Parts: sequence; C-alpha cells; structure tokens
Amino acid sequence: MSNALHQLSAVELSQRLQAGTLTSRALVDALIARYEAVNPKVGAFTALDIADVRAQADASDERRRQGKSRGPLEGIPVAIKDNIAVKGQPLTCSSKMLAKLVSPYDAHVTEQLRSAGAILYGRLNMDEFAMGSSTENSALQKTFNPWDLSRIPGGSSGGSAAALAAGLVPLALGSDTGGSIRQPASHCGVVGLKPTYGLVSRFGLVAFASSLDQIGPMARSVEDCELLLQVLATPDARDMTCFDASHRQPLPVAAPAALRIGVPRGFLGKGVAPEVVQALESVLDFYRRQGCAIVEVDLPSADLAVPTYYVVATAEASSNLGRYDGVRYGHRSTQASNPIEMMTNSRSEGFGPEVKRRILLGTFVLSAGYADAYYVRALRARAKIRAEYLGALAKVDVLLTPTVPTPAFKVGEKASDPLQLYLEDIFTIPANLAGLPALSVPCGRSGQLPIGFHLVGAPQSEAKLLAAGKLFEAAHGFAHQQAAL
Amino acid sequence: MSQSTASSDWEIVIGLEVHVQLHTRAKVFASCGWGFGQEPNEQVDAVVLGLPGTLPVVNREAVERSILFGLVVGAEIPERCAWDRKNYFYPDNPKNYQLTQKDFPVVVGGKVEIELPGASRNVMGEHKWIRLHHAHLEEDVGKLSHAGGGSLVDYNRAGVPLLEIVTEPDLRSAAEAEAFLRSLVAMLTQAGVADCDMEKGQLRCDCNVSVRPRGATKLGTRTETKNLNSISGVRDTVIYESARQIRELQAGRAIVQETRGWNAEQGRGYVLRDKEDAHDYRYFPDPDIPTLLISRDTVQRLQQQVPENLYDRQRRYMEKLALPYTAASVLVAQRRLAEWFEEAVAAYPANPQGIANLIANDLLRDLAAGSAESSGEGVSTTPAKTVDDCPLKPAQLAALVKLTDEGLISKQQAKEVFAEMFKTGQDPMVIVEQKGLKQNSDTGELEKIVREVVADPAVAKSIAEYRAGNEKAINALKGPIMKRTQGKANPSLIDQLLRKILG
Repeated sequence: MSNALHQLSAVELSQRLQAGTLTSRALVDALIARYEAVNPKVGAFTALDIADVRAQADASDERRRQGKSRGPLEGIPVAIKDNIAVKGQPLTCSSKMLAKLVSPYDAHVTEQLRSAGAILYGRLNMDEFAMGSSTENSALQKTFNPWDLSRIPGGSSGGSAAALAAGLVPLALGSDTGGSIRQPASHCGVVGLKPTYGLVSRFGLVAFASSLDQIGPMARSVEDCELLLQVLATPDARDMTCFDASHRQPLPVAAPAALRIGVPRGFLGKGVAPEVVQALESVLDFYRRQGCAIVEVDLPSADLAVPTYYVVATAEASSNLGRYDGVRYGHRSTQASNPIEMMTNSRSEGFGPEVKRRILLGTFVLSAGYADAYYVRALRARAKIRAEYLGALAKVDVLLTPTVPTPAFKVGEKASDPLQLYLEDIFTIPANLAGLPALSVPCGRSGQLPIGFHLVGAPQSEAKLLAAGKLFEAAHGFAHQQAAL
Repeated sequence: MSQSTASSDWEIVIGLEVHVQLHTRAKVFASCGWGFGQEPNEQVDAVVLGLPGTLPVVNREAVERSILFGLVVGAEIPERCAWDRKNYFYPDNPKNYQLTQKDFPVVVGGKVEIELPGASRNVMGEHKWIRLHHAHLEEDVGKLSHAGGGSLVDYNRAGVPLLEIVTEPDLRSAAEAEAFLRSLVAMLTQAGVADCDMEKGQLRCDCNVSVRPRGATKLGTRTETKNLNSISGVRDTVIYESARQIRELQAGRAIVQETRGWNAEQGRGYVLRDKEDAHDYRYFPDPDIPTLLISRDTVQRLQQQVPENLYDRQRRYMEKLALPYTAASVLVAQRRLAEWFEEAVAAYPANPQGIANLIANDLLRDLAAGSAESSGEGVSTTPAKTVDDCPLKPAQLAALVKLTDEGLISKQQAKEVFAEMFKTGQDPMVIVEQKGLKQNSDTGELEKIVREVVADPAVAKSIAEYRAGNEKAINALKGPIMKRTQGKANPSLIDQLLRKILG
C-alpha cells in the first residue's frame, strides 16, 4: 500500500519519472482509477477531462523520450481550483453564473505549468467566487473532508485540500484572499502557502478582492509546495501588481540556522479549542529544542483584522463581480423586456446567497455618505495592521499561530451563521491585509481531524517559512499523510 | 426685488468637460489596437471584454500623450497619478465600472489662450486665457444600439484612451466656448496628442451652463448638457440653454440642477435626469493599478516635443517678420505649414512676406485642389494634399521668391514657375531656363524696342495724356512692349526706360 502511486510525493514521482521507472501515462492512469473510486465520495473535482489528461501525459512521455523534459514538474499532474483560467476548460468559480463558461485563455500560472511540462489535471470545487470557509457555498456540488466525510474540508480552496488529502493528485493550486488556501490545508492535513502579495501573477485568477487575492501552491509536504512555488513565482507584465524581475528575492535561499519565532500575545486565548492550543504548544516546544528563540510580540490592532477585511474585501468584490451581467457571457435571464432588466435578473438568478450578501455589504460600504465611515476607515485600519506586522517582523523571523481556532466542523453546522463562519479566518486574514507570505503546516490531530500551525513572514521571506516548515515536518509524521478512504 | 429683463443684464458662465480620444496605437489598458470604421466587436480582446481573470495594464503611450498635453497648456504634471473605479451598470460598460482618475489626475491646472473673432476677417480679435482645472486619463465605453426589438452592443470603442479636459468656469459666451474648442483642437493636433476628428467621435463635450445677473459674484445654479459631438453643438447649446435659464429666472422660477441632452436636429435641449436621480458611482482606488510614478526625466523628455504655442507664433510672425494678421493666422493654423514656412524663410530671410503670400495664395490653393482631386480614379500621380507629400521643398520656394525679387522673372512668371514646381519639384532656375522665361534685362536691346513702340502712332494719345500729367497713362505703353519681348522684359526696367525716353 505504501508504494501506491497516489500516495507518493511530487518529489518522489519526479525522481521516478526521471529515472525511467515510471511514465506520466501510468501515473495519470493510476490517478484516474483513484478519481473514479474516491472522488464520488469526496466531491473534490468538478471536472476532469480524462481523454485530455491522458493525451497530455502521452505528450509528456514523448518529450521525455526525446530528451526534451521541461524540468522537475515534467509529467506531474497539478489540479487547479476552478477560479484559475485554463484555455478550453471550464472556469465556473463554482457559480451558476459561470456554470457554462469555458475559458478562452490561460492564466499566467497555467502557462507556467505548461512550460514546466506539468499535466493540467482537472478543476477543483470551491466556495462560489472564493467566498466562504467550508466549500458549502459551491453552487455545483458538496465537498467533504476526507478525514471525516461528515465534516467540511474548509474553504474556499476546499476542493484543492480535499483532493490532496484523498490522494487524488500530488499537487494543487489554490487561491487565498483571507485564508482560502491555509484554512482548508489545516482542516485537511496538508500544506498550503499564500505567497507575498505580488509574488505570483493574478492574471487569469478570477478576482474576488484584488488587493488581497494570491494564487498559491498546495501539497502534502512543504518540499512539494516549494517545488510548485518555484514554477508559479515568475514576473508577468500582464499584472501590474506582480513584482518584476528586479524586485524579486532569489528563491530558495539558505535559511538561518536558528530562527527567532514571535508568538502574538493573546492569540491562544478565547475561542481556540484546547486540542489546538495543545498542538501549538508542542510545535513551540519543538522549535525551542531546535535552538529557536520564542518571543512574545504585541499586535494590538489584530482585533481589527476581521472587520477590516470584511469591509475591504466586500467593497472590492462588489465592483469586481459587477461584470457578471449576462450581456457578454455567463448566465443570462430569459425573464426580461429590456437590457437593464436582463442584467438585474441575470444577477438575481446567477449568484448564490453568500455572494449576494457580500455584494450588498460591499456596495453599502462604498456608498456616498457611508464610504468615509466604513471603507476609508478600513483602509486606515489596514495600514495600521500592516505597520504593526512589519514592525513585529523586523524583530522576529516568523510569527507563529494556529491556522484555524478549531478543527473542521460538521457540514451544515455553521451554514446559518455567517458571522461565526467569518471567525474561521481570524488568524489568516492579517497576512492578506498586510500582503505577507504565510504557510500552514500539519502539526497534530484531534481524533481523526488534522490541526495545522501557521507561519507568517516578512515580504518575500517564503524561503524562510518553507525552511522552518521543512524542519518541523522532517521530525514529525504528518507529511504525506492521506485519509484512508 | 427688481427683475432684470434684457438679456444683456445677464452674465453667462460656462465650464466645459472635453473628452478627447488620444492618438495611440493600443487601447488604454489593453494591448488591443483600435481605429475607426471596423466591423462591430472586431477590436476587442479578453481584457477589453472584461473576461473573468483579466487585468488592466496602463498604456505608457497614452500616459505620455496626456503629459504632453499638460506641458502644451503649461500645467503641473504631478509626480504620481492613480486610477479609480467608477461603478455603474450599463451594457456598454464591459466591467460595469469605468477606470478613471478621480483624486490623482495626470494633469493639474494649465491654461489655454483663445482668440475671439475680430471686427472683420483681416482684423485680429481679442485674446483671452481660459484656465483648466485638470485633465484625467480614462477609458471610453462601447456603444449600445437598439434594433428590431433587441439591443446590440459594440465594444470596439470600449477601452479607447480618453483624456477628459476640465475647464474652470471661465467662459462667458457661446463665441468664447467656440473659440476655446478651436484653440484646444489646434493645440491637441499640433502636438500630436489627438486627431480630434469630430465626425469620428474623437472629441465630445459636456457643457455646464449657468447665468447670473451681471455684477453678481455668486454663481447661479448650473445644468450640464452631455455628449455634444461638435463645436457647433456646444455653441448652440450655450445659446439655447442660457436663453432658457434667463427666461426661467425672469419668470420667477428657480433653475433646477439637472443633466440634459441636446437634440441637434431639432435644435433643442431636453432633461435627461435631475439631481435626485444622480448616480452614486461608489468611487474607490483601483486595486489592480498601482499608483504610477511620473519621473522628471520623462517630463523633461516630453517637454522637448512641445511645439511653439499657436499664438506666440502668430505674434512672432506679425512682430518679427512683419506679416499681416491674415497671413500669420493662416500659417499658424497648421503646425507643419508654419514649420514649412519657417524653413523657407531660413533659406531666404530677406522677404518673409513674399514667401507667406506664395504659401497662403498659391500653395494652399493647389494643396486644397489636390485634396479634392485625390478621390478620383486612374490618376497615376496623386497631387499633393499636404506640404509633407508635396514635391516642392521650402528652399525651392524661397529660391523662387529670390529670383522674383532680383528681377530675373516677373511676378506673373513666378506664378507659372510655381505651378510647374508644385507638380515636379524641380528647382525654379531649371524651369526658368527650360521655358526660356528669363527676364530680358539687356538695356540696349530693350531700349530699341521701347523707342519703336513709342514711335507707333497707335500710342500717341496715351503719350500725350502722360505728358499732360496722367501718370497711369504710361501703363498703356507697357503691354505692347511686353508683347514684343514675349513677356521676358523686366517690368521695372521698362518703366525706367519709358520715363527716360518720354522725358
């Protein structure tokens, strides 16, 4: 069982492919068999074009035979969240609005994967337009946590995390606006990295909140995450917020031997489950034993992060989602007698309740007479949070917290209480507001349910975060873990 | 309270918002090209259509054209500019927000010199400066049309770079508004910022009008008439709207702050929406476009491209080159024409007026004829339409004026030589020699002819009149002399000889 292809890491698979003991076609065939057996239970994928992935695998094997391998990802399947464009494939964002949309172009990261020889392997379920923390807001299907099928996988990249935990694919792309990579990674016992804002091009990522969104790698080990990140993190002139070559730190760099680890005062207080506190303390013990200094840091404005986020993110979303009106593409209402009515009805029919809630909230906070009290104040709070985080990170190498206050909850448990659900992101949101890189790494269990810890670093300190993560995972048994299904 | 009755008791106050499509190859936030007269939705790409996942990228060319405009009008170019989203739902707006610059425009301030019509064509009118508030760079929207019970939308125009130039409320009449727009168009086209072809919708205007009793310091309530696509439309709107407002106030009614439209066919304005229906655009900084830093090097480089101000040039021609107002005005109206003129003057500085006359009368006439003719088919060599495609070069025109001034050919002959030069681009001397036009300045031979003509009884009457003191009678003798010399005689020499012989 330990040799089954679906259990291997991307690094191991890459070595076997290079050694000639494995073909991409054999790997893809094994994963398709796994998909057919397991995906119906987990619901991670919304689409997988089997003929297409086999053709891609054959082409990859052919390149390798001709000595034209494109690098370490040659022949390795990478599954993609359904809000990242792949030419000729669906781009639904798990919304009824875009249920029939086929992308006519590739995202920058998709181009990067193609030129690295990776197999573009299917579309992954998500909360509609990435708005949610449980993937229950998908208008297409439910996704379940592979460790306990009665529980949510987290979200919004729930399909990505569940696919990895279920052994459906070795690597996946997620997107993270307030924790959408890290929170499901934590709930599913996998690794997820939200890069520094600007490190990975957003060209081809369907926008939720443009100033917060980043695409990032997800995998079953820190090492695999790093492998994928190196392919994704390249300059792109089509995204003006993406760093050009002259503003990039080399990746990877050697990490300092002994890190200074900051623990924000009060973060392990109310609302954090005892088993999560316990897991965190064992992580801190581990790093202390490695010679790292553990210091308490103050982040007095951290309490402002969730309200600030829900003003900034919804304001941007209300504008970003304006384009879905049924005029050019997407769902078009048949119940209309003029263009304006057609646009209104298309939106009323095409969007789900959480998306509507956020559009309404975002429209409100930008409205004349209210913008100063909400949006403008939120921008000030955001600047303050960023300044505090950068200040703290001038004194320590990384900040360490839990990724999520509690393990995965039951499907439907918080569906009627959006405010409770918004608190799932309390530890992850500040990294988005401050544009900082953040990594979630598995560190324990509550029964079957995985628990993760969270590292936040200074801008472009991904190498440091990954090194710290690797140090932990090398000494523990959580890497490469998969649910028994 | 006494009501003013005569319209002259009222002051009209006008502010304009002029939307100009910039002269660029690509759209303002996409690499997609644009132009006029394409099939609907041919000039679009994923970014223009606002497909999910696409992002705007600022076109440097459009920013530089905007900066150049700012330098032309002496404006401030701030070190940073930024874009905002203006949110509103309409099918011609692909993202349902328009990228525009609300708080940090690319151009701040500036002023435009205008010239009002003079008492007659030949008299310079009053000059005035109109202040600009700012100019900002934004994207144009598509076009919605309704046909056969349905609606159609064409996104070719969506994303075309649009510079919105906003004046202070400095204009006081329809004539001033008209003069401002003419001056603005000349500056934009002469600097290569925009083509301003109004028939192609490249310049559109929103016109704010209010009136107040003459002498009042507080501005009256204004109305805004949207989307005027010609200078005459702006003029007519000002006349109509100011008259309407004066009538309302005279009738004791208040002016309602409203947005209006203009029906050019019927020559009347109408209400589009009042203040209560005003949109809430929910402006906020666009998170996809970082604040753009404008380096002082860029500004300095663009400063080199700023052409001489239209009216500075006009004044210089009149003061330094002693050109009459009309000739100076004709020359400065087109930058290339003025430059062409100056090249000719540089080649022969002795007679700028002679050069200006040949350009204003002969060259412009032939170029205009070339434009009219060029649409004809089967013409192997298309006549020149502009000075740039004209085979005749400035130095050659200067040489022609010099030959005339030196008396080698007559003014009449110069016109004949000019016609040939315009077609062939040959040097004037070559044409003079080919055609045997060289004026006869051989006094001995000419004196013989003059004496023969004077002896002819047919002219005896004229000679008698001349001797009796009628100066003009002498001219009757010049024709027969010219005829006998086949027009080659130097007219001033003939005049000299006649006066000598007749005593």
